[in-house]
Amino acid sequence: MKYMLLLYGPDLPEAGTDEARRLFEDWNVARGAMEDAGVLIDCAPLYPVTSSTTVQVRDGEMLLTDGPAAEIKEHFGGFTLIECADLDEALKWAATLPTARDGSVEVRPVIQVQQLA
Amino acid sequence: MATLTRLVRDLEAAEDAVQDACALAVSKWSAEGVPANPGSWLIGVARHKAVDRMRRDIKRREKEVAATREAGGPGPDAGRYGYLEPYGDGPSGDEGWESLPDDELGLIFLCCHPSLDPATRVALTLRSVCGLATSEIAAAFLVPEPTMAQRLVRAKRKIRQARISFGVPGPDNLAARLGSVLRVVYLVFTQGHMATGGNELIRGGLCDQAVRLARALAALMPQEPEAAGLLALLLLTDARRGARSRDTGDIILLEDQDRGCWDRAMISEGETLLERALRAGRPGPYQLHAAIAACHSCAASAADTDWREIAALYGELIRYEPTPVVEANRAVAVAMAEGPAAGLVILDALRAHPQMSRWPQFHIARAELLRRVGRFAEASDAYRAALRLEPAVPEQAFIGQRMRELGDG
Repeated sequence: MKYMLLLYGPDLPEAGTDEARRLFEDWNVARGAMEDAGVLIDCAPLYPVTSSTTVQVRDGEMLLTDGPAAEIKEHFGGFTLIECADLDEALKWAATLPTARDGSVEVRPVIQVQQLA
Repeated sequence: MATLTRLVRDLEAAEDAVQDACALAVSKWSAEGVPANPGSWLIGVARHKAVDRMRRDIKRREKEVAATREAGGPGPDAGRYGYLEPYGDGPSGDEGWESLPDDELGLIFLCCHPSLDPATRVALTLRSVCGLATSEIAAAFLVPEPTMAQRLVRAKRKIRQARISFGVPGPDNLAARLGSVLRVVYLVFTQGHMATGGNELIRGGLCDQAVRLARALAALMPQEPEAAGLLALLLLTDARRGARSRDTGDIILLEDQDRGCWDRAMISEGETLLERALRAGRPGPYQLHAAIAACHSCAASAADTDWREIAALYGELIRYEPTPVVEANRAVAVAMAEGPAAGLVILDALRAHPQMSRWPQFHIARAELLRRVGRFAEASDAYRAALRLEPAVPEQAFIGQRMRELGDG
């Protein structure tokens, strides 16, 4: 079973700062543990929310909006895709991510679409 | 139900299959007689029914998907594709056809998973572990039946789609998960014990179910003193059931109850359990609540109660449940042990708390203490504050009586 861990938190700290270095180290630890356990599929941060564009199609017309879908304090800032036996295992890994400490991690089971092809 | 859920790993499928098997049993057993082991007969038939249903469902959905693709339309409700996934290794061999107590425990842990909404955990446990009808659960929670049915369907869908596992969690996870399970059993009990509305018969049944569940948990986890503590608490509290209400349905307060009507067998079982649990040296909130209940049970009257001990136990409890309600209860015990002025100091410190200012019992308790120290005008104000919050009818009558005594009503 694949689980997508959606990372919501404050924007990333300025590159080159102590805060950024600490965060980078914390993520390397969390990432290494997931790799060693063989559960990690992919994991990446996203560029800040100011770079995002929201797409909606209404009545066949594409509407573009600058920015995220909703104005909120915490933004969708990255993802981690893992393969686990069940929800308990996925929740355990979600709790190891740095974002769980200063933001929140939403755990969503992934639908296996290839079975439809 | 529990065994089948473990075998087919799907709560909804297990429920349907048990219904199928029971329907078959009614017709077959009346024609051919009851088999030697009816329990395992039912489990065996239900398991076959469940596998049949799964095969049919998968076939039907494959056809739906194929038809949709040919029509070139958008896919059907994407959420349903989760169902196409195989259920892990699934059931294998013939082992485990007997209904094992471990299965029931596994089912309780599944229904009480912390990723489910707390109120839904209680409802799901009543439906799947206790076998209550959706209509009965809806009546107990005072919500319309379709609302409750939808809540249960959603929970079962989440269990399937997010793959919440059946079974008792491993040791690293057990402490966190056990807390949720004990809480659900406690809430089932309070729903029966405290609710002011709903059908009397259903609510008594909820207390029985909670005691049964607590008994199962305590038996299956003898190394967990909090499981024994919860069972002790429920027994000590439920022992007063017969003395708690008049024939008219009015609640009788603890101090006015006929203690001769308390169930002595339940009390002594509760006390024995509590003593054994406390010897483990790992206290927790349920053991403390049970210890408070035991202080009441062994007192011949309200006046003979060891209020000093109760005040000390509430003081301990605050470390686990730092809530103003626990602190208010401590204040009342302190007032009984050391006099109204000492209790009043604690209650006055809680006055600013929004949860307290909205709680009529807080104002009534404060009014009583103010009256006893002779501050009658302030006592009247506090009684009026309680009345403004529209307490239950018997409490309104009690307040009216007090205000007349104070010459203000």
